[in-house]
Amino acid sequence: MAIPGQKQRSNVEELLEGIWKQNPVFVMVLGMCPVLAVSVSAVNALSMGLATTFVLVASTLLVSALRNVIPKEVRIATYILIIATFVTVVDYLIQAISLAVYDALGAFIQLIVVNCIILGRAEAHASKNPPLKSVINALGMGAGFTIGLLALGSVREILGAGKLFGIALFGPEFQPWVVMVLPPGGFFVLGAWLLLFNWLNIRKAKPAAIQSAEARA
Amino acid sequence: MSEAASLQPATPSAAMIRTLGIVATVCGILIVTAYQGTLEPVAANKKLALERAVFKVIPGASSVREFVAGSGGIEPAGAVVPQGAVKFYAAYDAVGALKGVAAEGAAKGYADTVRVLYAYDTAKQAITGLGVVSMRETPGIGDKIITDAAFLKNFVALDATLAADMKSLAHAIKTVKHGSKQNAWEIDAIAGATVTSKAVGKGINESAQKLLPLLVPHLDKLQGGK
Amino acid sequence: MTESLSQIFIGTLLANNFVLAMFLGLCPFLGVSARLNTALPMGAATTFVMVVASLCAFGLNWLVSAFNLEFLRLISYIVIIASAVQLVEMVLKKYSPVLFRALGIYLPLITTNCAVLGVALFQTAREYSFTQALTFATAGGLGFTLALLLMAGLRERLRLATVPNVVQGTALSLMLAGLLSLAFMGFAGLGAGE
Repeated sequence: MAIPGQKQRSNVEELLEGIWKQNPVFVMVLGMCPVLAVSVSAVNALSMGLATTFVLVASTLLVSALRNVIPKEVRIATYILIIATFVTVVDYLIQAISLAVYDALGAFIQLIVVNCIILGRAEAHASKNPPLKSVINALGMGAGFTIGLLALGSVREILGAGKLFGIALFGPEFQPWVVMVLPPGGFFVLGAWLLLFNWLNIRKAKPAAIQSAEARA
Repeated sequence: MSEAASLQPATPSAAMIRTLGIVATVCGILIVTAYQGTLEPVAANKKLALERAVFKVIPGASSVREFVAGSGGIEPAGAVVPQGAVKFYAAYDAVGALKGVAAEGAAKGYADTVRVLYAYDTAKQAITGLGVVSMRETPGIGDKIITDAAFLKNFVALDATLAADMKSLAHAIKTVKHGSKQNAWEIDAIAGATVTSKAVGKGINESAQKLLPLLVPHLDKLQGGK
Repeated sequence: MTESLSQIFIGTLLANNFVLAMFLGLCPFLGVSARLNTALPMGAATTFVMVVASLCAFGLNWLVSAFNLEFLRLISYIVIIASAVQLVEMVLKKYSPVLFRALGIYLPLITTNCAVLGVALFQTAREYSFTQALTFATAGGLGFTLALLLMAGLRERLRLATVPNVVQGTALSLMLAGLLSLAFMGFAGLGAGE
């Protein structure tokens, strides 16, 4: 079902949108609270990313399937209900799989409810597109979010604890850069990643401008 | 959940309430299914985590049971801990003899609350082990309370004898400045992490002052755990 | 352990500041902190909603625990917060148009502010009593306002400075937030002592 006036996008484009062009962490800078709070280690970052992806995909599927029966006035209330349901489900699943992970993530599992990415996707994409397309898009967004979290988590764990996924990388001589696993480190590392992306964009801006001019010609 | 519906402008109310009702029902079914489905593994996980924590502070134990000590004596723990009662764990070895008792204590540390699990040896009347349940202390400084061998030596036999009237400890457990420990009921603080060390001492003292007077007179009830 | 009210207040306001140490409410912190004159009403509105949410959550938690329905806690919290925000908006609009004009545009934004749900979840997890919960919510809101004001003041100054192109935008805000957070770490240990 194509929306009039909107170019039909291929599934691959839908998938790649979240991973690269509209990456929720690096480009849109959305849902920062869990990103900064749980990215003290790569394992935490990965579990948080997967949990969010699950909620994102499941709620997108349901919203998209029901998009024609939900009255416009109560759509936000319905979305919040659906999202809260899947967060509760994921909350119990994580408890069943590993209590250690559950304790490490703490309240931030339940705070997935208010992650703007999920409500944003439900409102902006799933409510207008058929289930398959929405799920593919949500998968891409979830993957992009997970990659962003992992990028942050691994840098912080390597610098702040000298480990990656709990495995010591350097000898016992290593003096950990403790501030990296403390709250300020979260801000600094994310800031540094954004700097890198800004720099890449500025470098790419010129060739891209030429390319698009060629394409138009 | 109907209040969410009543707040919306009332165009076709019946349709809106119907949709919300259907969605809420579906959501309810999903949640209950997930809750029921994970109930067993979650309980098993919690038991495992508890056992692991207790076995760490009471080496040689092989099973754990939860109890509450209240004014009426000792009872197996239920879902809620009654007012004024203290929850604790009794650990038994392979043949069912009581190895020791463990309980939680908590106090405000440097960054946030430090929660510790301590082991109480009923024969020695002393604290014989320390583990950390949760804390957010500065890595590399405050977390020495888990790694610092000299600090952990405080908890080999930390005196926790009851006073003659059985109403409080004979000597309050307290943390003293690094290098000035003189008595068996004092904890030698870690140099540079005094606040965290003090929180440990305070947490244990508060909990032990409450638990031990309720527990010690009824110790015979804990024997033969299997 | 029973935390005294002053310990909760100071701890939540400074040492465990919602924004700078707990990472709650970052979206408005980065989004609405460009100017001082919008930061203050936003902070005030959020504080108000947080207190209301805390009260609602306290009542709900009692209800949910009484009926052994813990698995409905999250879903009922979010629904009650969303409804409470809308109710506050409607009441303000009817009885205090002046206040509504000052806070109105921020209210819908607050529903998805994780600091508000965070207050409800944390007070439940820490088993706070009624007065403790109220203190916690007030201090959390004030801490949020404080962080927002500091950030807005800094960013107003920065607009006059020459900044390299690469650093412009969110990257700069994040670095600033990092420095603020570093400064706030100095408050750790306040109220611990004896």
